[in-house]
Amino acid sequence: MDASVILFYVISVLLVLSSLMVVFLRNVVHCALALVVALFLIAILFVMLHAPMVGVLQVLVYAGAIMVLFLFVIMFLNPTASEPRRKLWWGFGSAAALLLAASLAALLSNGEAPADPVTATETFGSPETLAKSLFTDFVLPFEITSVLLLVAIIGAVVLAKREP
Amino acid sequence: MQAYIDQLIRDGYFAGMPKEVVYAVAMVLAAFIVLSVFVAPLAGVTSWLERRVWARMQSRVGPNRVGPQGILQWLADGIKNLLKEDLIPSAADAKLFSLAPYVVFVGFLCAFVVIPFGSQLIVADLNIGILYILAVTSLVVVGILMAGWSSNNKWSLLGGMRSAAQIVSYEIPAGLSILTIVFLAGTMSMQGIIKAQGWAPWDWFLFNNPFTFAAFFLYFTAALAEGNRTPFDIPEAESELVAGYVTEYSGMRFLFFFFAEWGNLYVIGAVATTLFLGGWQVPPVTSDPILLGVLQFVVFFLKAYLWVFIAMWVRATLPRVRVDQLMALCWKYMVPLSFLCLLGTICWMLVFPKGNQIFSVAMFVLGLLIVAYFFKRVVFQIRHARPELYFKPHI
Amino acid sequence: MLFDFANVLVFTALGLGFVGVNLLIGKLLRPSNPQERKLSTYECGEPASGSAWVNFNIRFYLVALIFIIFEVEIAFIFPVAAVFRRWIENGQGLFAFVEIMIFVGILFLGLIYAWAKGDLEWVKKVRV
Repeated sequence: MDASVILFYVISVLLVLSSLMVVFLRNVVHCALALVVALFLIAILFVMLHAPMVGVLQVLVYAGAIMVLFLFVIMFLNPTASEPRRKLWWGFGSAAALLLAASLAALLSNGEAPADPVTATETFGSPETLAKSLFTDFVLPFEITSVLLLVAIIGAVVLAKREP
Repeated sequence: MQAYIDQLIRDGYFAGMPKEVVYAVAMVLAAFIVLSVFVAPLAGVTSWLERRVWARMQSRVGPNRVGPQGILQWLADGIKNLLKEDLIPSAADAKLFSLAPYVVFVGFLCAFVVIPFGSQLIVADLNIGILYILAVTSLVVVGILMAGWSSNNKWSLLGGMRSAAQIVSYEIPAGLSILTIVFLAGTMSMQGIIKAQGWAPWDWFLFNNPFTFAAFFLYFTAALAEGNRTPFDIPEAESELVAGYVTEYSGMRFLFFFFAEWGNLYVIGAVATTLFLGGWQVPPVTSDPILLGVLQFVVFFLKAYLWVFIAMWVRATLPRVRVDQLMALCWKYMVPLSFLCLLGTICWMLVFPKGNQIFSVAMFVLGLLIVAYFFKRVVFQIRHARPELYFKPHI
Repeated sequence: MLFDFANVLVFTALGLGFVGVNLLIGKLLRPSNPQERKLSTYECGEPASGSAWVNFNIRFYLVALIFIIFEVEIAFIFPVAAVFRRWIENGQGLFAFVEIMIFVGILFLGLIYAWAKGDLEWVKKVRV
């Protein structure tokens, strides 16, 4: 077996474990930090798929930036006691998970063998390819993203104004 | 590095060994050498030098007992900290409290993967090098927040939150200044950025146009703030927050935060050198590859260490800013200015696609004049102070 | 290229190992004599009053939000920046320039909006 395939399975197992920790740990800060680990492992998977740009952005934006926001929110709300599990959410969560599992099973059982988890061409995720597609095929979405981000800033400002 | 190992394999040095094993051994060896031969002594010596430099600037002597001129002080400090009791407050979140130094240390150490010490001397020249440095250094924030929160101490939490807010804010001007150079160089690889410059100062990106000149100072200021250095060290402002997020730490765990801080100082200098100051570029004086490599390493090291020294100088000179001034400086001055630098550079590239040599030389002369005037002032100040304290290094 | 990134993994592992080994050596050498007083939270010598895990100020949250938006913007521009020079050489420079200007300009409006609304002020004026 190839070294990268072994690495893929090791990382996948760790990823599933850390994701389970996000769900099952009782302390919210611990959950958030387990999420950092999970995002970091996903970044490694991206790199193995020859998309280093996406992998590094994953670390920069998710593990670095969005996690800081999460931690700030957690510290702002500060749930001192861990919340009791609510039956209703538990039900919804299980239903969604079952649905996802069923659709994945349907996808995997349609006869085709699953592709090799770590094959992609070398130029598939390079910065050049990314920039080219951003500026040729996806110019409009690219510009609309900036409008979306603008709306996000305005939303944040408006929400912060509602503090008593 | 891979090409070099492949060459060795082809030459039959590792006959009978699987390729993966050779690679893995080489990687571990390279990482170990970088850590133990370069990073650890560097951070240690920097900590000693910083105390010596401040002491001189404040008319004191500083640590001079361990080894010649006290140069082994850092080893003594390390051993002392190793033997200190490691306290974990009973109210703290013990797991996160003991994990936080790991995160901070790894975040800083990983930056050394892409630092180019010479044209051949780099662990791995990632094609997204500079973006990678931004990403791994942003992991330090997570470690600092962990340390601050898990201590369950008001000073720690406040210090951690302030530090995180400060680091993330100053990441924007730093990122935009770096973007300016990526536009100019047309690549994100560290070696590529250096190769786009030349050995002569007027070929450096620093003097390419007025906007990059400004971007350099924006980058250096923002990087100082990201490294929690004075004048931006309010997260550990001892007059108000005891020691910020490290208040509850002791012994070895405490040391690792400062290990990362001093090592990070060098990373700041190295990135500034790579982006703006021509990196390891040397004039073609010799064709011997080994001699050339040594020369490149020395040039790169000195250029980067100059900025470490300037950071020390700044720390000994400037008072600490207030937290509201800090945020205002970032969002109201540095972010708009770095946007301006970015757009200005793009316009410059449209007007002069090949760059403007005459202007670069003029910028260089202007820079020299500024430095000369500055040193004139320094000499004037020293003459009017008590010079006997400055010119006796062997006290 | 995978080889290059494998170095990053090795550095991560070595960094963790270095801290771990040092702490382990320390554990064997250092004294361990915990006492109740020693393990109490430090609050300048006074007995600590209450936990530090209290509700925190919302302004940190706002700073983080604005930061994320600009960080995403930087992330979007990075790949474009790497190929901008080649576009200039191909004569598409003006087109790319206009694209970038629109993108950055719209986001700059956001910064101006937050500024005008006073959300970049760290010390808020108290409304009476």
